[in-house]
Amino acid sequence: MNSQIIETDAVVIGSGPVGLFSVFELGLLDIKCEVVDILDKPGGQCAELYPDKPIYDIPGMPVVMGNELVELLIKQINPFKPNFHLSSMVDELEREGENLWKTKTDTGITFLSKVVVIAAGGGSFQPKKPPIKGISEYENKSVFYSIRDRKKFKGKNIVIIGGGDSALDWAITLNDDADSTTLIHRREEFRAAPETVNKVSSLISENKIKFHLGQVKSLNGKDGVLDNVVCSQGDNEIKIDCDTILPFFGLTMKLGPVANWGINLNENLVSVDTEKFETDQKGIFAIGDINTYPGKLKLILCGFHEAALMAQKAHSYVYPDKKITFQYTTSSTDLRKKLGVL
Amino acid sequence: MTKITYIEFDGTEHIVEAENGETVMESAIQNSVPGIDADCGGACACATCHVYVDKKWVDKTGKSETMEQDMLDFAFEVSDQSRLSCQIKVSDELNGLIVRLPEKQF
Repeated sequence: MNSQIIETDAVVIGSGPVGLFSVFELGLLDIKCEVVDILDKPGGQCAELYPDKPIYDIPGMPVVMGNELVELLIKQINPFKPNFHLSSMVDELEREGENLWKTKTDTGITFLSKVVVIAAGGGSFQPKKPPIKGISEYENKSVFYSIRDRKKFKGKNIVIIGGGDSALDWAITLNDDADSTTLIHRREEFRAAPETVNKVSSLISENKIKFHLGQVKSLNGKDGVLDNVVCSQGDNEIKIDCDTILPFFGLTMKLGPVANWGINLNENLVSVDTEKFETDQKGIFAIGDINTYPGKLKLILCGFHEAALMAQKAHSYVYPDKKITFQYTTSSTDLRKKLGVL
Repeated sequence: MTKITYIEFDGTEHIVEAENGETVMESAIQNSVPGIDADCGGACACATCHVYVDKKWVDKTGKSETMEQDMLDFAFEVSDQSRLSCQIKVSDELNGLIVRLPEKQF
């Protein structure tokens, strides 16, 4: 793990549409942002859950696809050159001295900033853990939900569960160095990129990858080390010997570490005021789906509004001696320069 | 109004008067039935509103389409009765519908 310290004006936690747009509003006020996201791409739910589904309630856009909105927002904030720290989860957030916040990620980065903007939406996306009895005692020894170092799987007898892109991609990749690779899926069809499906199908027909149609019922082993899994096969059950299981059931949203930061919560949402969208901790703001206040609506457009108002207050922490002159992007020479259109 | 019974994994029953036109997922959320997470809000994009339709009702609720079948790959313990409740529309035809909830939407 690398460990580095980055000093900046604002740390934005979450790169969904609202997190992205906050970079724009903060940028207009000369506030430099570092953006952290647990996913390997920006866009949050728009990118992960509904990239190809239409959104009809963004003002001025009668219809826009999830991934299209993300692309447009990234283009819009490009003049402010935010740094993205993807596949990273913020673990810790604590005060540092009188005027700074220290934010630490699970990838070893520490940020020191005057302002933190929590735009974490429904929380952090985490791999779904199948509710198989006793699975937790095997986690990180024999059961892995994500792969950071593929070398760890050399010479292993691997069972991969699932039929999506992650399951198939890893089956192809890990099969090179594994002793054996078995794919277990509940049906014959795979839902992945066509070339990936073709590749896996040929590896199966060449008997390089074994395929079992069924669902995993139970795990057998000792002290966190697996011996075999029991898998349904029609009305019967079969045992498959293995020492490693990789379940790929997609991602789900969990509130995650936000709950441990000492911020006032209300039913797993962050309480904020409606003037500045600030939490009970000065300099920490919460915008978008993660916050709550009387009348809150979980709409992208509400998050955009919250970002604009938040930025006004954030400015007072970053530039305590400067006054903001309210300006329009259409007419202000200063703003247009920042946007690179002048 | 259409009556729907949701049965939790532990056997707890929730009888709900659902509005025609909404989905079985939406009726559950609006009536605070626990056990349906619906992370994605009904876009058939997350598989956290998985239910088992009672055998007697499987024909009436209809078959899942390709997108829903694909999404069910991300649910657990999927059976012939499995559906994503955001894809079942409430109508008079479904008055009395019974759905069972999995142990966890995980």
